[in-house]
Amino acid sequence: MAVKKIRILIAKPGLDGHDRGAKFIARALRDEGYEVIYTGIRQTPEAIVQTAIQEDVDFVGLSLLSGAHNELFPRVVDLLAASGAEDIVVFGGGIIPEEDIPSLKAKGVAAIFGPGTTTKQIVEFLESARERS
Amino acid sequence: MDLVTEVRRGNLRAIARTISLIEDLEPEAEVLVDALYPFTGRSRILGVTGSPGAGKSTLVDRLITLERHRGRKVAVIAVDPSSPFSGGAILGDRLRMQTHATDPGVFIRSMASRGFLGGIAAATGDVIKVLDAAGYQSIFIETIGVGQTEIKIVELSDVVLLVLMPGTGDEIQAMKAGVMEIGDIFIINKKDLPGADKLRTEVEYVLSFKNSVQAAGRGDGDSEGVSNPILMTSAVQDDGIEALQEVIESYATEIESAGRLAEKRRYRLERELLGILNRKVHELMDVHIEVSKQLPEWAERLYRRESRPYSLINEQIRSFLEERKSD
Amino acid sequence: MPEEIEKQKEEWKRSTVEPLLHRHPERKKEFVTGSDKPVDRLYFPGDYSQAEYLEKLGFPGQFPYTRGVQPTMYRGRLWTMRQYAGFGTAEESNQRYRYLLEQGQTGLSVAFDLPTQIGYDSDDPRAEGEVGKVGVAIDTLNDVEILFDGIPLDKISTSMTINAPAAILLAMYIAVAEKQGVGKVHLRGTIQNDILKEYVARGTYIFPPEPSMRLITDVFAYCSREVPLWNTISISGYHIREAGSDASQEVAFTLANGIEYVRAAIQAGLDVDAFAGRLSFFFNAHNDLLEEVAKFRAARRVWARIMKERFHATDPKSMMLRFHTQTGGSTLTAQQPDNNIVRVAIQALAAVLGGTQSLHTNSREEALALPAEESVRLSLRTQQILAYESGVTSTVDPLAGSYYLEALTDRIELDVWQYIDRIEALGGMIPSILKGYVQKQIQEAAFRTQRDIEKGERVVVGINKFQMEEKKPQELLRVDPAVHQLQIEKLSQVKARRNDSRVREALEQLREGAKAKDVNLLPLILEAVREYATLGEICQLLRDEFGEHRETIVL
Repeated sequence: MAVKKIRILIAKPGLDGHDRGAKFIARALRDEGYEVIYTGIRQTPEAIVQTAIQEDVDFVGLSLLSGAHNELFPRVVDLLAASGAEDIVVFGGGIIPEEDIPSLKAKGVAAIFGPGTTTKQIVEFLESARERS
Repeated sequence: MDLVTEVRRGNLRAIARTISLIEDLEPEAEVLVDALYPFTGRSRILGVTGSPGAGKSTLVDRLITLERHRGRKVAVIAVDPSSPFSGGAILGDRLRMQTHATDPGVFIRSMASRGFLGGIAAATGDVIKVLDAAGYQSIFIETIGVGQTEIKIVELSDVVLLVLMPGTGDEIQAMKAGVMEIGDIFIINKKDLPGADKLRTEVEYVLSFKNSVQAAGRGDGDSEGVSNPILMTSAVQDDGIEALQEVIESYATEIESAGRLAEKRRYRLERELLGILNRKVHELMDVHIEVSKQLPEWAERLYRRESRPYSLINEQIRSFLEERKSD
Repeated sequence: MPEEIEKQKEEWKRSTVEPLLHRHPERKKEFVTGSDKPVDRLYFPGDYSQAEYLEKLGFPGQFPYTRGVQPTMYRGRLWTMRQYAGFGTAEESNQRYRYLLEQGQTGLSVAFDLPTQIGYDSDDPRAEGEVGKVGVAIDTLNDVEILFDGIPLDKISTSMTINAPAAILLAMYIAVAEKQGVGKVHLRGTIQNDILKEYVARGTYIFPPEPSMRLITDVFAYCSREVPLWNTISISGYHIREAGSDASQEVAFTLANGIEYVRAAIQAGLDVDAFAGRLSFFFNAHNDLLEEVAKFRAARRVWARIMKERFHATDPKSMMLRFHTQTGGSTLTAQQPDNNIVRVAIQALAAVLGGTQSLHTNSREEALALPAEESVRLSLRTQQILAYESGVTSTVDPLAGSYYLEALTDRIELDVWQYIDRIEALGGMIPSILKGYVQKQIQEAAFRTQRDIEKGERVVVGINKFQMEEKKPQELLRVDPAVHQLQIEKLSQVKARRNDSRVREALEQLREGAKAKDVNLLPLILEAVREYATLGEICQLLRDEFGEHRETIVL
C-alpha cells in the first residue's frame, strides 16, 4: 500500500527578506496536497542543498527578488549535482528578467515563474515533472 | 546504491532515501529495516513534546549545539500535522534549527503525520532505527503535544522532555489526565514571562501527587523510582540550556543503571511488534477481503437493516479463514 | 443621520432604487475596498454636530491634525519630491542623484544594497550576487564621500533607507558633511532606523530587539543634542502593506511600533518633547484612492491622540504625524508595464489628497527591474503635473466633508484603535512580534488577497482581465556584475591606505561602549568611521556583543 508523497523545499537564498511570495506558495502547495519544507529567509546555497538532501525532496523552489539569481540559482544546481542529487528538480520565482531565463535553464533550472504566476501554473509544472520521472 | 551499506557508512542521501521508503510504506522498507536492525541500540532517543509555541524547536536547536560540543552526532525528527483536508503539510520546524544545516554531524528530517492508521508511530520507530544504525548517538523526536501523538512519543523515546510555557493555560493542561504521566523531565520555557513561577509550583504539586501514588502502588514509602526534574529555561536567550543538558545526562544514566531503561526499551519493542502485527493483519485482511472497496456496501446493508454488524464481519472473517484452509 | 434625511432615504430606496435594480442589477453582489471592507451605495451626512466637527476634524495645523499638519499645506510649500534611488557603485548612484536634482527633484533618497543593509562588506561571502543590486554598495566612509560628491549637504535634505546599521550610515553622513565644512547642526534628512518592522515585514534585521532598541534610542538622544534638524526615524507602514496587510493594519502596526519607540526613549531617560518632534512616518499608497486618503487622515488623528493622551506631549510638534509616501510596489504588474504609469498617478494623487510631506513615485517597469532614466523622469513628471496642473494643491484637505471619506476615516480609526488595544493586551509590540501575532495578521491578509486574485474576484488589469500577448520589455536597467569586483578592489585600497592601529583603537572603544549599557554609541561609531573602519567590521563587532536575531515564526 505504497503512498508516495511529493516533497518540496521552498527556500530563499541570499539576503533578500521579502518572503510574501514564498510563504504564499508554500501554503498554496500545502493546500494542493504537497509536503512543503519551508526554511525561511537568508539561506546559503550550501544550507539549501544539505536540507534538500536530508529531506529527500523531489523539488527545490527558490524565491528571490534581489537580482542575485544569476549567481545563486546555478550555485544551488551545481551543489546538488556535486552531492549526487542532480535528480532533484530546481525551479525558481521572483523578480527575474525574461532575458535571464534561457541561461538559467541552460544551467539546470527547470522553470522560472515570474510575477503574475498562478498556483495552477506551478502545480501543472510539478505534476508534469513528476510524470516524467 | 546498496542502501544498507551506505546508511551504515553515514551517506546522507542513502539515509534520506531510506527514510522516504519507510514513510511511503514501500515494501522494500521492511527488508531494509530488518537488515539495519542488528546495528541499532546505541542511540539515546529523546522525545520532545509540548503545546505549540512553547519553544520546542528552539530548545532542540540549542541542545544540538551542546551535543555537538560533546562530540556526538545528532539527528532530529520533527513531526508536524498533515492537513486533514488536502493531505499536504507545511513542515517548518527546521527553520529554527537551520544554523546546523551544513554541519555534517547533524541530520534533520521533517515528517508529516500523514494521518494513517498506526501512521506516525510505525514510520517514526523505523526511521529512528535507520538513524541509529547510521551512527547518530542522540536522536531527538519533536512532536506537537496534542492527542495521540503525544502518547506515542513515550513508546518511542528513552527520555521524554515535556516543554511547557507560562500564560497559556498550561497550568490547567498539566492537570489533564495523561499529560503529566508522559514526561520524564519537565521544562518551563520562556521563563521570563509572567506566571512562570506559578506554573512551576503547579507542576511540582502534580508531580508530588503522581510520585506518591506511584510509591503507594509499589507498596513502599521509599522512592524507588527516579524523581522527575523540573527546569526553567529561556531557549531564545540561551538560558538554562547547559543545566538542562546536564540533567538529561544524569537522568539517562540513572535510569540506565536502575534497569529502568532496559525495561522501557523492552516495553517499547512489545508495543512496536504489536503495531506491526496489527498493521500486517489489517493489510492482509484488506487485500483479501477488500475492506475499503466493500465498506460502503456493507454500511448500506446495515443502514437498510438487511444485516447485523457482528454477523456481517464474523461472516467475512470466517470465509477468509475457510479460503486459507483450502489453500 | 438626521431624521428627515433618513425618512427620505427610505422613500428614495423604495421608489427609485428598487425599480431600477429589477431591470438593472448592480455589477456585483457586494462592493469592497482594496482592503476587503464593504462599501455602501451612497453615503450621507453623518451625525456631525458642530462640536463633533471640531473634535474630529478641526483645522489643519491644529490638534488633532486630521486635516493636515500645517495650516496652509501645499499652498505654503509643496511636498518634497523625493525619488528613492541607488544602485551599483557610489559613482553611478552619484550620477543618478545629480540627474534627478537637475530634473527638479527637491530631496535625495538613498537606496542601499542588501549586504550594506545587513552589515556585510562587499567582500563577504554572504554578499555573493548581491553587491550593488537593490541599491548602492557602501563599505566605508570613502564610498559615502563619493556618493555625495558635488552635492552640498547644507542645501539638500537626504533620506536614507537603512535600518539595522542606521547609526553607522548617519555617522558617515555626518563625517562627509564635516569634510564639506558643514556642521551637524545644519544637516537635514532622515534615516529609516525602524527595526520593528524589519522583524515582521522586511527582513533586514541584524541584532535582537533589545540591543536594536538601544541603538535607536542612542540615535534619538544624540540627534536631539547634536543634529536637531534630523528626522531620527521613519516609522514605516509601507513594508507592512507590501507584505500583504490591509490599510487599517498598515496604520495600526505602524503606530503600535511608534508607541514602542516612544516608550523606549522615555525609559532611556529622554523627555518626550525633546525627541518626538523628530519622529517621522512612512506610508504606502495603494490603488483604492478614497480608502488611502482616509487612511492618512485617520493615522494623523490617532497619533495626535496617542501622543497627547498617552504620552502627555505638550509641544504641538510632538503630536504631528509627518510622513513620506511611496506608491505601492506590489500593485505594479510585469505584464503591460505602461499600465503602471496610470496606477502610480492614481496612487500619487491619493498621497497628495492625503496630505503627505514627501513622495516617491514608482516607475513603469519596476515590477521587473530598477528604473531606467527615462522612466524615473516620467515618475517625477507625474508628481510635477499633480503639483502644478491638477489644482488639488490650491486648498487644504479638499475631500473633507465627503460623506464617504469621513465614514471611511472613522471606520479606519476604529479598526486602528482595536488593533492597538489588542497589541497592548499582548504586552506591547515586541511581545506581539515574538508571539507571531502581527505576522499572522499580515499573512492572513496576504493569503486572502492572492487567493482572490487567482480566483478572479479581485481584478488586476492585465493579469486576470484584459490580458494580451506582449513583446518582451526593452532596455531594462541591469546592474553590471563587475560592480562586485570593483567594490572589492576599492575596499582593499581603502584598507591599505588607512591607519590600522587607529582603526583597532576606535573599534576597541566601541566594543567597550557596546558592553556598557549606558554609553551612547554614536560618538564612538563616528570615531570609527572617520578612521575608515568598514561597515562590516563595525557590524561584526556589534554582532559579537549583541548577538544575532533569528527568524522563529513560520506560517
